[in-house]
Amino acid sequence: MALVAKSPWVIHYDGSSCNGCDIEVLAALCPGYDAERFGVINTGNPKHADIFLVTGSVNERNISVVKEIYDQMLEPKVVVACGICACSGGIFHDCYNVIGGVDKAIPVDVYCPGCAVRPESIIDAVVQGVAVLEEKAKAMKEARKGGE
Amino acid sequence: MTFLSVIVGTVAFAILAPVIGCFLAGVDRKVSARMQGRVGPSIMQPYWDVRKLLSKESASVNDVEGVYVTLALVLAVLSGGIFYSGGNLLLCVFVITLSSLFFIVAAYSTRSPYAEVGANRETLQVMAYEPMVLLFAVGIYLALGTFSVSGILDVEVPAICKTFLVFFGLLFILTIKLRKSPFDISMSHHAHQEIVRGMTTEMSGPTLAKVEIMHWCENVLFLGWAGMFFVWSNPLSLILALVVAVAVYFLEIWIDNNFARVKWQAMLRWSWIIALVAGGVNIAALMIL
Repeated sequence: MALVAKSPWVIHYDGSSCNGCDIEVLAALCPGYDAERFGVINTGNPKHADIFLVTGSVNERNISVVKEIYDQMLEPKVVVACGICACSGGIFHDCYNVIGGVDKAIPVDVYCPGCAVRPESIIDAVVQGVAVLEEKAKAMKEARKGGE
Repeated sequence: MTFLSVIVGTVAFAILAPVIGCFLAGVDRKVSARMQGRVGPSIMQPYWDVRKLLSKESASVNDVEGVYVTLALVLAVLSGGIFYSGGNLLLCVFVITLSSLFFIVAAYSTRSPYAEVGANRETLQVMAYEPMVLLFAVGIYLALGTFSVSGILDVEVPAICKTFLVFFGLLFILTIKLRKSPFDISMSHHAHQEIVRGMTTEMSGPTLAKVEIMHWCENVLFLGWAGMFFVWSNPLSLILALVVAVAVYFLEIWIDNNFARVKWQAMLRWSWIIALVAGGVNIAALMIL
């Protein structure tokens, strides 16, 4: 098991839409569920984070913010789109200002639908995200070896 | 001779302190979690975190930041080496202060407004604890008759008998030095008690790992400071010192979990009052009597 899988630090960002998914994400990270058991820490700083949890759809105003946060994160990194708005735009998909899901701005690794997204799905998505993170870490390690 | 022992001590400290410090950090997180009614992470969690940070992509806003952080780490290790090899306590105090100064410069060099706020606050923290740290060195000198740490093994009565007020003062500023709430104002270990992430906002990957290792080494050194008050010519007293160090660490964790962060004004005021009253009265008494 790669070490990155044992300490996945997360950052969350709420794009737009109704904010319900963001509240669900934060609730799932509360001490009551004790995500720290699995080494999960809510960092609030893209430079320290491994997993990017995005909720809400991407619009003209926030697309640059989403890209900026993604760019500031260091490899290996994983993006999890939480909630149907983040996956495809959801019920807001045909709003005049909505561009669509998060994948219109940055590459998404795990899609986690729901309206609002359920805590169980968030945990499942993060676990899948950790698996992707592990793969990326392994690929990075091999690339480093190959480069030498 | 002393030069050689300092080198041997520094190498030994460089190997042992991160291991002990990592274990202490793991215990800290576990005990904190239990105090909050949670299960908490594994004792190994800080080790995994640092290994992960070391394996991440290396990037920095300003290349010089890595140099400053490395220097801060090296000086922290050297300071620990001087202390545990029985070297000069005053030199140990100055070297660890130099280490904190390099860390402050590292935070400033990133030129992030958040890191700058953290660096400003860290400067205030140094101002807050430094008088008491110096009075601690002076108090130990007056109790032992020498600045040499190995002098504690020659005295008949432990330093605590003559300097318990200095010990109390040191305990107070140790909360600042160990970066525990309520005085963790420059760089908090807890998420969302901080303006982004304080001093380490722009530090990432391997650089952040170095900061974490430095913090472990500092913890081991500072607990040594607390323990040295209880050592005298009897070799068994070293066990007592160890017990005291563990008790002090537990006390700090308890304080960390029970007090909300204060403003810097309160920190500065209280640490100076305690330094002047506890340290000043104790040292005046030692010099007069």
